[in-house]
Amino acid sequence: MLSMNGYHLGIMSLTDHKIGQDFIIRIAKADDVPAVVAMDEAVTGLAKPDYWQDIFDRYGGRRRGRYFLVADHEGTMVGFIIGEVRAWEFGSPPCGWVFTLSVDDKLRLGGIGTALFQAVCDAFRKYGVTKVRTTVARDNDLVMSFFRSQGMMASSFLQLEIDVAS
Amino acid sequence: MRLQKATRCALYAVLELASEPDRQMSANEIAEKYGISTNHLAKVLRNLGREGLVEAVRGAGGGYRFAGNPKRTTLLDVIRLFETVETVSSGEREPGDETPEGKALSQVIEEIEATERATLNSISLATMLKLVGRHGAA
Ligand SMILES: CC(C)(COP(=O)(O)OP(=O)(O)OC[C@H]1O[C@@H](n2cnc3c(N)ncnc32)[C@H](O)[C@@H]1OP(=O)(O)O)[C@@H](O)C(=O)NCCC(=O)NCCS
Repeated sequence: MLSMNGYHLGIMSLTDHKIGQDFIIRIAKADDVPAVVAMDEAVTGLAKPDYWQDIFDRYGGRRRGRYFLVADHEGTMVGFIIGEVRAWEFGSPPCGWVFTLSVDDKLRLGGIGTALFQAVCDAFRKYGVTKVRTTVARDNDLVMSFFRSQGMMASSFLQLEIDVAS
Repeated sequence: MRLQKATRCALYAVLELASEPDRQMSANEIAEKYGISTNHLAKVLRNLGREGLVEAVRGAGGGYRFAGNPKRTTLLDVIRLFETVETVSSGEREPGDETPEGKALSQVIEEIEATERATLNSISLATMLKLVGRHGAA
């Protein structure tokens, strides 16, 4: 384990033999942004270079409480996760908040998502928060199953919404 | 939500067998561990066998072995084999459904049901076994 920026970056072995190589989890660099844009476009169908550049500007590099981590397989970005420590509402202590996670669809089910999530959880733990939260569309079975497999349970906070358009 | 007896038996049986897929266990052994009726469980195991989740092992000792894919079988998949996880919108029309009160009531109940389905459908047997482990299974 290497320690950088106050949290560990692990070197993991893929359990899936599709790659049969190691990948590393590291902090995102400026030149990862085009690959992040492309991966997001593959999932959502929309290219949002300005959005991702802005996210990189706010979360990339070494920052305390903000983590933009990527999985790197032989120099290729194969997955990323972004999270931050948020002062939590209504008198609860700050928590880790994961708001984006994506793995190259050709390399899924090989443990990359788990490694990214564990790395960001390690970072949160080092920061000193004890709770990690995220939000998932109720009908997104894939992402929901993934977070469940990591041991996440429904939170005691419910998200509420209202249409305010006239 | 209250699970029917057969559903609970089925969940105990698949979780027990899936926790050690190479091991075979008799209906008796499983029934004893969970304090449930062997007769009841035997029927449930035959059902699970027809669905390919468990298989009967012939010969010495006999018993059942897990035969499914624990990562791809969710709690909802198992529950649905034994009871209908019916939704308000797909269920029978009830008197008053078309009134504003009936519609408002359906909206609230649908909200509860959607959360219930999302929960049961996102927890695989593999995930459930990890949860079992956290509760200190032997
Ligand atoms: C969710 C996601 C990140 C998972 O990444 P991954 O590298 O495949 O995850 P892992 O290999 O670490 O899987 C861990 C567990 O998640 C669960 N899981 C992952 N994919 C699954 C699937 N297709 N079906 C059911 N469970 C699944 C399994 O329990 C798996 O455990 P296993 O490896 O023991 O089977 C990936 O599927 C993804 O990027 N999906 C699209 C995400 C997206 O839409 N992002 C935009 C919104 S943020």
